[in-house]
Amino acid sequence: MAEFLQFCASGLTVGAVYALVALGFTIIYNASDVVNFAQGEFVMLGGMVTVTLSAAGVPLPLAAGAAIVAAILVGLALHRLAIEPARGASPVTLIMITIGASIFIRGVAQLVFDKQFHKLPAFSGDTPFHMLGATILPQSFWVLGGAAAIVVLLHAFFEGTIIGKAVLATAANPLAARLVGINTGSIVTLSFALGGAIGAIAGILVTPITLTSYNVGTLLALKGFAAGMLGGIGSPLGAVLGGVALGLLEAFGAGYLSSTYKDGIAFIVILVVLSALPRGLLGRRSVERV
Amino acid sequence: MKTPTRFVFLLATGAAAVALATTGPSASAQDLKIGSVLSATGPASFLGSPEDKTLHLYVDKINSEGGALGKKIVLVVYDDGGDPNKARTFATRLVEEDHVIAMVGGTTTGTTLAMAPIFEDAQIPFISLAGAIEIIDPVRKYVFKTPHTDRMACQKIFADLKARGLTKIGMISGTDAFGKSMHDQCLKVAGDYGMTILADESYGAQDSDITPQLTKIKNTPDIQAVVNPGFGQGPAIVTRNYRQLGITVPLYESHGVASKSYIDLAGPAAEGVRLPAAALLVADKLPDNDPQKIVVVDYKRTYETATREPVSTFGGHAYDGLFILVDAIKRAGSADPKKIRDEIEKTKGFIGTGGIVNMSPTDHLGLNLSAFRMLEIKNGDWDLAQTAH
Repeated sequence: MAEFLQFCASGLTVGAVYALVALGFTIIYNASDVVNFAQGEFVMLGGMVTVTLSAAGVPLPLAAGAAIVAAILVGLALHRLAIEPARGASPVTLIMITIGASIFIRGVAQLVFDKQFHKLPAFSGDTPFHMLGATILPQSFWVLGGAAAIVVLLHAFFEGTIIGKAVLATAANPLAARLVGINTGSIVTLSFALGGAIGAIAGILVTPITLTSYNVGTLLALKGFAAGMLGGIGSPLGAVLGGVALGLLEAFGAGYLSSTYKDGIAFIVILVVLSALPRGLLGRRSVERV
Repeated sequence: MKTPTRFVFLLATGAAAVALATTGPSASAQDLKIGSVLSATGPASFLGSPEDKTLHLYVDKINSEGGALGKKIVLVVYDDGGDPNKARTFATRLVEEDHVIAMVGGTTTGTTLAMAPIFEDAQIPFISLAGAIEIIDPVRKYVFKTPHTDRMACQKIFADLKARGLTKIGMISGTDAFGKSMHDQCLKVAGDYGMTILADESYGAQDSDITPQLTKIKNTPDIQAVVNPGFGQGPAIVTRNYRQLGITVPLYESHGVASKSYIDLAGPAAEGVRLPAAALLVADKLPDNDPQKIVVVDYKRTYETATREPVSTFGGHAYDGLFILVDAIKRAGSADPKKIRDEIEKTKGFIGTGGIVNMSPTDHLGLNLSAFRMLEIKNGDWDLAQTAH
């Protein structure tokens, strides 16, 4: 039982981060049909900017705020300078553009920051909680709580505000959205800002546990993308579900089966799920009307 | 439109060809060209970056003191970013375009093994800065290395465990080349020290949470100590997770984390961790009659003054490699790679940062176990471990 709980705690914490990366993917994909492989770099920026500023003496909340703003600005710049000029290009071209952008951001980060790994102090201490024999770091609760708060806020935003509904409308049908007077251009811009902000928050929350460096984004983007596919690309709830599922699969795979094959186990499960449900667990069933 | 562009292109290639043809041989005639391929960026950058700085620092120093054989040493360094494929490409470039007379580099075992065949074929001596024993066992005629092997690290750890009366251990190893290689070497020599490995787990080099594997080890009955072969940030996360889970048996890290950044990243969790490492890390704490004292204290001071970074053993490996090579060039009295190779193999009594080097045709490393010191982390700093009885 203690073992099971320990694996759950580990899987949920890692999964929450995958979920946030997958959410970033989903929001940008819904608004613009772009699969943004630079999503992991937002996570990196969140961590690295916070680490650098707090090392320079800026109080942690302020440094974290600045990191989120920085990631939003990078998100906007990515859209304006790389995606917008290639409007109308095929999805494959757009994916390549985002991969190029992620390499570029990583390169700049390496120059602006440095090449070392960095740590950030945990928000509320390092003394682990003991629960039924399992030990859980306080920071894990920050990650889980932060992820849950973001999901709730996003839900409220999409369902409860006009702008949120405009994003949903753009996601559902860009042409129809334009016809009813929605400025789909600014909706796409907004989605890149949101994607940047969510990525940065994930990076800030998780850095005290996982450490950060200029190149942590690549693996996170891959895992987040896998989580998004598992949950069903385009579905925010699916992204969360996929992320948590992937985190738990890795933890249980490592704990109960074999730590050597834990990534393999996770990916085999994803392949099986996708071959049964090609659109993922909660993917949109697209209907072609003639 | 097309003709001028093509014309310019032709001109440019022509000019480049002429430039190559003229700079190539003339440079090698006047200078001693030494090549290096390092992982100055990427996941192994914390190894490659101090190596890079050390090589530049000491080549400048040697040149300001008149160079070797009355010639200037020219250093050509490429950054492979930790990628063996890139390393191989750069190695080919060093041989075919730069015409180097020797090579000091190869930050990781992966990049070194990718480059070794190229220098073997070209018959150019190659002093590697990477850890694994596969680099020199079996012996390759032109390949040498300066760092202790992972097998020696295992032996040092097991000897210390044996002295403390601990024989039942768990292992948590990285799946990268370093972790895997050391893990295999530890399994090979475990029997020699009466060690029984009760749990054998692994983690990916970029994993951010290793509590599931450590929980398994924690719940394995009778474990008396845990050994973690690995380098990079992985061991720092292992150490943090180890304390989070409240595991109380001693934790042994490898020489792969013998850098201040490990203590820094692992924080208070690193207290009491033991690891085998070169004398360099405890330079100030060595007794004055230690033969290595002068070398390590001098290197530490020079490096720290020039870079304003704490010294690491990895830069020390580059120091050892460079001076073994320069000594060999001086003894050979020639820039002929074959003669230099023969002299490197004859290195005897060379006192480096990693130990006292005595090479032979069957030993292209030349270190013994006494080169390793068992360290313990105390109050956020290294200390010479006192073996309990």
